Order: sequence, then structure tokens, then C-alpha cells
Amino acid sequence: MLIPHPLLGLRDAQEFTYLGDARLIERPDGMAAGAEAVFADYVYLRDNPAGVHRELWFHEQGDRSWLVVTRDTVTHEIISAELARDVAMRGKGGAA
Amino acid sequence: MHFSGFRVIKEALTGHKGWKPLWRNPDPQPSYDYIIIGGGGHGLATAYYLARTFGQARIAVLEKGWLGQGNIGRNTTIIRSNYLLPGNEPFYEFSMKLWEGLEQEFNFNAMISQRGVLNLYHTDAQRDAFRRRGNAMLLAGADAELLDAAGVRAMAPFLNFDNARFPIKGGLLQRRGGTVRHDGVAWGYARGADMRGVDLIQNCEVTGFRIEEGRILGVETSRGYIGAKKVGVAVAGSTGRVMQMAGMRLPIESHVLQAFVTEGLKPVIPGVITFGAGHFYVSQSDKGGLVFGGDLDGYNSYAQRGNLPVIEDVAEGGMAVMPMIGRARLLRSWGGIMDMSMDGSPIIDRTHIEGLYLNAGWCYGGFKATPASGYAFAHLLAKDAPHDTARGYRLDRFARGHVIDEKGVGAAPNLH
Ligand SMILES: Cc1cc2nc3c(=O)[nH]c(=O)nc-3n(C[C@H](O)[C@H](O)[C@H](O)COP(=O)(O)OP(=O)(O)OC[C@H]3O[C@@H](n4cnc5c(N)ncnc54)[C@H](O)[C@@H]3O)c2cc1C
Repeated sequence: MLIPHPLLGLRDAQEFTYLGDARLIERPDGMAAGAEAVFADYVYLRDNPAGVHRELWFHEQGDRSWLVVTRDTVTHEIISAELARDVAMRGKGGAA
Repeated sequence: MHFSGFRVIKEALTGHKGWKPLWRNPDPQPSYDYIIIGGGGHGLATAYYLARTFGQARIAVLEKGWLGQGNIGRNTTIIRSNYLLPGNEPFYEFSMKLWEGLEQEFNFNAMISQRGVLNLYHTDAQRDAFRRRGNAMLLAGADAELLDAAGVRAMAPFLNFDNARFPIKGGLLQRRGGTVRHDGVAWGYARGADMRGVDLIQNCEVTGFRIEEGRILGVETSRGYIGAKKVGVAVAGSTGRVMQMAGMRLPIESHVLQAFVTEGLKPVIPGVITFGAGHFYVSQSDKGGLVFGGDLDGYNSYAQRGNLPVIEDVAEGGMAVMPMIGRARLLRSWGGIMDMSMDGSPIIDRTHIEGLYLNAGWCYGGFKATPASGYAFAHLLAKDAPHDTARGYRLDRFARGHVIDEKGVGAAPNLH
């Protein structure tokens, strides 16, 4: 698989390590009320779709950036890739 | 139809005209007492043990394709009970004991071959860890022997003992481990269940659940609605997809694992050999092919095929530990989809929906569990109480902090 890195162009997926569902970016607040149950869900439960999936890939053997890669889990087709930082900033309502 | 040596000779002398299909091919009834979703090893074993306990119950297995099309028909057929943790070891040893009596019990040749499983070690620390594992096995009533380098050399002189990075210093041997003809297991259980009145319904995909006021009423299928008092789900790599239809999120990701087989060779490998450090395991089938595998592809996948980098990685692992494998031609490779759980251990439990039960999370070690999984799941379905050996496999263990993390890699399913 080739991952279209937004800065570096097409890179071999072998240069990356995989973390999983991109929703892991949205880490809950550990100090909030009810954090224990929310964290159990966050750490252990997953959507596990057959089809389009947004996931985190770490360019470990490259520029060490984290990417959010959108990929089809049935065909292995890679639809898009963006810097996880941009996705996270957007989530916080910041300028990306 | 009863199989025996006499029968084989009789058929041989009369042109093999007396053999019959191993199971009927019935249409679905409007409703059942028990529906098992998934005609893989675990689903068929569950139906078999359920029917054996309750001759009177109306039981059906619903399979979207043909019986045994899933992981039961794709795995590398290794059975062993060399686990470490108290939540796991007694369960897998229970499974091993069931394997040992299985062929007599269901009167079917599954080619159970206890040719031994040898796990290699390469450092003093790994030896100590294996010694501890061996002791845990002995305590649970299993067998284990720690071999030094000379002991391994006597069994498998062809291994690369002087590998610069992973010199072989010895191994943990379970002589009762080995391999089983995987299709034979599916067929044996299917035949046994069918003989006890279970309807095995193929080409019948479950497409939804009918749930009212927190209780299951039945399932929607590609062949219409079928009512049921209790529904057990045993769909291996499709668990995420199927349970999503019941509105459940699970501690599971689906990943692809590949397997490989070479051309047929004369007998060269005495039993199963595993090279954990490079993640490579190999055995030889009765037809002579070397059967081997290694790592997962490592990312969520529902494609029943793998990608090339892992093929290369597995081949490298093989060459590192067993250079002579480089002379063998690879005939085939394929992939199976496994439900990788967050602690690497299985789930056999009720769900919060009354009448809906789950058997899942077998990662890539669930074949050896087939008899015990079926037995324990049937026990749970029938009695609404967990089987003694499967008490640790609760669904809420993650939230309670009682994970069974055999490999110690935590909530990283692609590392288990
Ligand atoms: C390459 C590979 C090597 C392996 N090697 C080993 C090994 O050496 N030792 C070991 O112990 N384990 C091994 N495993 C793991 C083992 O094969 C599995 O854990 C085990 O087979 C899973 O249980 P099962 O047999 O019931 O699954 P399956 O045979 O996959 O059964 C599940 C069934 O459910 C059906 N299904 C899915 N969705 C639906 C639906 N909606 N409606 C109806 N039916 C549905 C599927 O078609 C399938 O037939 C390996 C797995 C793979 C892929």
C-alpha cells in the first residue's frame, strides 16, 4: 500500500506503524465527572467497520509525523491522508 | 452412517457406492429454541454439544456461505495448551483433553496428530520465562518439558543454532500438542450435530436482529425472518460487523492473518516448531507441504487476502531459523479475518440484550479452542451460567480491570 503523505507525497506503508481508529485523537478529560467509564470506552471499545475507516498511522521511518489516513478496510484502497495535527486542531476549533 | 474399519473395507469391495452425504441440507423453520450464527468450527461445535445435552431442543446453525468457509478452513491447524495465565491455561487444557477423545466421540477422522509443539528460546531471560510457563502448564494438568540446545538439536538438527541475533539455546516442548485436519473438525462436528437433529442452514446470512424491550425475538436473514428463544453469535472475524447490527461496540478490531504452504516434500519436520522472536511457526502436513505463518498484516482489514510485505517478513523469519526452507517452492498463500481483542483473549458471555450471547475475540489462536469453546458456549446458552474453565472470559472484564493479557501488550490488538 502507498500512503499519500500530505508533505512528502506517496510513501510505502511499510515506513509507518499503525495505531488504529482516528477517534483516539479525541482523548477524554480524565478529571471530568464519570471519567472512569468514559476512559474504559476510549481505551477498549472500537467501531470496526467493513468499509471506510479513518485511522492513525505514524511515519516512524520517515518524518515522524502522525497522519489520519482514510482507507477502505475491504479493498485496502487508500482514499486520503492528512496531518493528524491539522485534524486535532480542527477538532478543537483552532486554525489549522 | 457409522464409520469403521469394517465399513471402509466393505465399501472398497463394493465400489464405494454406499457413502452418503454427511449432513442434510434443510430449509429454515419459522422458529427455533436456539439459533447459532456462524457455521465455523466454534458454531458447529456449540450446536453439537447443545444437541448432545438437549436432544429435544430445536437448534439451527445459520451460515452465510458454506460450512467451514471461514477461519476453520484457513488456519495453520496447530493445537496446544501452553498458556500461562490462570484465566487461560485451564481452558486450553480442557480443550486439549477434548481433542484427545474427539474422534472416538464423534466417530469421525479429524487426523488429530499429537506430534509435539516446540517453542524455541534464545536468551537466558526467555528460558526463565518458559520455565515459568512450563510450571504453570504442569499445575493445570498439562505436560511440558524444557529442552536445552542439545535436546533441540536431537529433534531438529536442521535449525540455525548459531544465528548471530537469535542463537537457539533450547525450547519448551509440549509433546501432546500438534496438528489436526481443520476441515475434518468442521465436518465431524457438522455431521454429529446433524445426526442429533440440528438444522445446518447454509447460504443464509444474518442481516439483522429483531429486539424488543431489550429481548431478542429472532434474526433477519437473507432467507427471511427466523424466530428464536436464544441466539448465540460465533462469527469470528465478522464479530464487529454482526454485533453492530445489535447496536453494540466491542473491544475488537478485525485484522487479516496470512498462511502459506509449500509443495509436498518427504517428512522433514518432526512436529510444530515456533520461532517467537522472529514470529514464524511451521509444521508439515500429512501430504508433505510445509505449512507456516507469522505476523498479522497489522491494520484493520476485511479483505480475505494479505499484502506482500508480510509475505516477505514471514519468509525472512523462516530463512533465519530454518535456512533449508529456502529450497522449497511456495505453492499458495491466503488470508483469514480474525477478531483481535484488546487483551488477546476470547469472550464467551451474555450480552446486555436478553437471549443474545457472544462467542468472540479468538485472535489467531482460536482453532485449538474449538472443542472447549463449543462446549463452554453450549453450557452458557443452556444454563445461563459460565462453564468453569471460561469464567474469566467475561465481556465486562475490560471495564473491571480484569483483562487476561497473556502477551502483556495491553490494549493494542495488532500486537497480540
Ligand atoms: C491464517 C490463519 C492461521 C491460524 N492458525 C491457527 C492455529 O494454528 N492454531 C489455532 O489455534 N488457531 C489458528 N487460527 C485462528 C483460528 O482459525 C480462529 O480463531 C478460529 O477458527 C475461529 O473460529 P471459527 O472456526 O468458528 O471461525 P470461522 O470458521 O471463521 O466461522 C465463522 C463463520 O461465521 C460466518 N458468518 C459471518 N458473518 C455471518 C452472518 N452475518 N451470517 C451468517 N454467518 C456468518 C462466516 O461465514 C464463517 O463461516 C488461525 C487463523 C488464520 C486466519
